[in-house]
Amino acid sequence: MPNGNSSGSGSGAVVAAVLARHGSDGTRLMQILREIQEEAEWLSPDTLTRVAEGTGLPRARVEGVAGFYHFFHTEPLGRYRVLWSDNITDRMAGNADLMARMCKKLWLKPGKVSEDGLVSVDTTSCTGLGDQGPALLVNYRPVTRMTAERVDQIVELIRHKTPLAEWPAEFFKVEDNIQRKDALLGADFQPGDALRALKSPQEVLDAVKESGLRGRGGAGFSTGQKWDFCRSAVGSGANPAHYVVCNADEGEPGTFKDRVLLSSYADMVFEGMTVSGYVIGAKKGFVYLRGEYRYLLEPLNAVLERRRAAKLLGQSILGRTGFDFDIELHLGAGAYVCGEETALLESLEGKRGVPRKRPPFPVTSGYLGQPTAVNNVETLASAALIAAKGAAWYKSIGTPKSSGTKILSISGDCQRPGVYEYPYGVKVSQILADCGARDTQACQIAGASGLTVAPNEFGRRIAFEDIPTGGSFMVFDNTRDMFQVARNFAHFFKHESCGFCTPCRVGTTLLANAMDKIDEGHGGEYDINDIWRVIRTLKTASHCGLGQTAGNCAADTLQKFRPSYELRLNVRDFEPAFDLDKALSKMREVTGRDDPGAHFHIAHRKSRAGLGTKAGDPS
Amino acid sequence: MSDPKTFFLDEEEIPFEEGQTIIQAALSAGKYIPHLCYHPEFKPHGSCKLCTVRIDSRTVTTEDGQTVKIPGRAAASCTTPAQAGQHVESEVPEILDLRRTLVQMLLVEGNHYCPSCEKSGKCMLQGLAYDLGVMDPHFPQYFSKREVDASHPDILLDFNRCILCELCVRASAEVDKKNVFALSGRGNTKHLICNSESGKLGDTNLAATDKAANVCPVGVILHKRHGFEVPYGQRRFDRAPISDNPAQYAPVKEQV
Ligand code: SF4
Ligand code: SF4
Ligand code: FES
Repeated sequence: MPNGNSSGSGSGAVVAAVLARHGSDGTRLMQILREIQEEAEWLSPDTLTRVAEGTGLPRARVEGVAGFYHFFHTEPLGRYRVLWSDNITDRMAGNADLMARMCKKLWLKPGKVSEDGLVSVDTTSCTGLGDQGPALLVNYRPVTRMTAERVDQIVELIRHKTPLAEWPAEFFKVEDNIQRKDALLGADFQPGDALRALKSPQEVLDAVKESGLRGRGGAGFSTGQKWDFCRSAVGSGANPAHYVVCNADEGEPGTFKDRVLLSSYADMVFEGMTVSGYVIGAKKGFVYLRGEYRYLLEPLNAVLERRRAAKLLGQSILGRTGFDFDIELHLGAGAYVCGEETALLESLEGKRGVPRKRPPFPVTSGYLGQPTAVNNVETLASAALIAAKGAAWYKSIGTPKSSGTKILSISGDCQRPGVYEYPYGVKVSQILADCGARDTQACQIAGASGLTVAPNEFGRRIAFEDIPTGGSFMVFDNTRDMFQVARNFAHFFKHESCGFCTPCRVGTTLLANAMDKIDEGHGGEYDINDIWRVIRTLKTASHCGLGQTAGNCAADTLQKFRPSYELRLNVRDFEPAFDLDKALSKMREVTGRDDPGAHFHIAHRKSRAGLGTKAGDPS
Repeated sequence: MSDPKTFFLDEEEIPFEEGQTIIQAALSAGKYIPHLCYHPEFKPHGSCKLCTVRIDSRTVTTEDGQTVKIPGRAAASCTTPAQAGQHVESEVPEILDLRRTLVQMLLVEGNHYCPSCEKSGKCMLQGLAYDLGVMDPHFPQYFSKREVDASHPDILLDFNRCILCELCVRASAEVDKKNVFALSGRGNTKHLICNSESGKLGDTNLAATDKAANVCPVGVILHKRHGFEVPYGQRRFDRAPISDNPAQYAPVKEQV
């Protein structure tokens, strides 16, 4: 973990060492910046210049990459960087009060570094710990199950500058929390099972097609088809090659099943990648691991080492000449949009995570312009099972159009949150009963970009032909305010938009601002109309799925949970967002005054009623 | 050239060459489609989304005899390859309304005080707004704080008006081979940066004659010691609306 000094002295040596480790290769810029930052704590202007010189990239390109990702900082952020997960489920578990407590005890304002440069506290998007929140990251290591006591303990540890390595181990305990196993999680699978069963690449491809396996990221494209396209595409340029990429950028709020797969089923995932490499003719695979899962890097590398030693990776796998395949882990740095496959590829190439225009598609022009198969973690694990146990077995599970099982990450208002595996076709009501949900008002399925499901729809099924999902399943009981759910997600998208295109960059902000305006009691019918206009624009004109789906939750809640909006609406048609009283807040802060006279509406009413006002009263 | 291919733009037949995008074919044929980030000399980028069109909507008759329109997919015409037989809708109420909203979004995102802007009258954003009949910015203004950079001897950067079209980025990288500009931040914090440790334009090797210094469609990259040289009423879009003479935006060379 980070332990360098923040002054930047000696950073030259750090930069040189990291650059040397990566052969000064600009396509490895993400890893270069991350490793430097882990040593030097931040990316100083001088560091960026050195990296640019070393890699031969324009300095502004390097700075642009550093500026894109939430977990890279170009300003010193304190020796302890605390980031509270701020998904709606963390909020429901009380993260706001706990974070306020932490800030108060540390004499801090959120987002600001303490004056001694020791610590900063802020929020971040969902950290993938929805079943054991409220969670936070401290120097990018997760701490789960936060309580007031834990806040106090952490404050003490930070005050005493205790190195993270000496913090109580139980703070960092992340549990798998598997509540229901089925074909995949319950499989009897030994490392090598799939590889030992391999026939010719064509036969394996046929089996994957026959199994009916569809991508588990949510879109549900046929995996066999994808591999087929990729396999028949030809590489180009001086270094033609095919690549396999495992999309482990599990950023959808409320999802954590990939975290569990990588923690306890890594062999299955890696084996699926190897099978994919065998089919499409790739020698190299990447796992794009989200920055929030940084703590899995070492354990996963250990699994890779073990597999290499067992001849399950590397040259001539299991003694077959010509079957060469290896896997490298690549870490993201806090950007939800990188879950979009072309943004992920850009990031993998050391660039800003901006989605590419399509065509061309990754299967013909992916990583470094070469044919690339990008698959979800769960898809790859399923592919390994299919290779080991056959297509017929797999096809017998699930529904005709959605074969196999789906792993769900369940969080929110239920007695047993955690990971549940079901055959496709399971009803929402069944899931709710199994996880011990009571008085359920709504479920948010497939994350912030997904579907808000009301009770009259609980008979619907999880399947590509009904409700598809990447795996996020959040439960809200009758005590929850669905408007706040939508507002939380609106802010999420505002924060996570890559900013490439106008509708999304501006639209997500306008949506979040409009929701805030309504929240503060200044909204009217006019604002609702505006929200619809923004949602339409987002959906129609955005460049990628992020923008296209950013308005989904607002649209769903407006339609299905209208009273939660109505409650807050001002009777008048229009009211401006500009609040005269709020405009005075800066002055109140500066002058230290907070008496009635320092508030606009009170003073205003008083003066209108002919009552006296204090000297210096703003009215 | 093989036999000419055509598609339909608002029911009018438009010829195209293999490899052309919808906007390129349309502009070559004298049909204007609004755009900001597209430029005839550069590879299409697809970020402003002003050129959005609808492709291949269908009309079906339901069982009870009603005709229902099933909207086709919306796409940026600057990055979508033209295809034979395609039906493209551009000047239709829904799309025009969308474009108005996009212009309004850009107007509230930056600080656009047209009367005091040197680019007035020849600014593409303003020109488009007039042409589309945008009467006001509609949405609440951001009033974003954006600094001005006057460090360069010949060029002034007034970031207040930047629409993040990346034309200067592309021009500097592709034509000038200097990489003077790039982007940093993301979402609503995305902003243009200069290629120097100080971040100042004056510390880069930009020359006033560079393509990047002359490509900005709005009033960000301005030449010093020039201002309001053309009187009101005679400026470029005073004389003719931006949609006039689409040929000026036709692609200048073979490109995708
Ligand atoms: S839709 Fe949003 S995230 Fe996607 S490219 Fe556009 S700005 Fe970026
Ligand atoms: S400075 Fe001008 S050319 Fe460059 S991105 Fe901004 S608006 Fe576009
Ligand atoms: S001109 Fe097509 S997106 Fe800008």
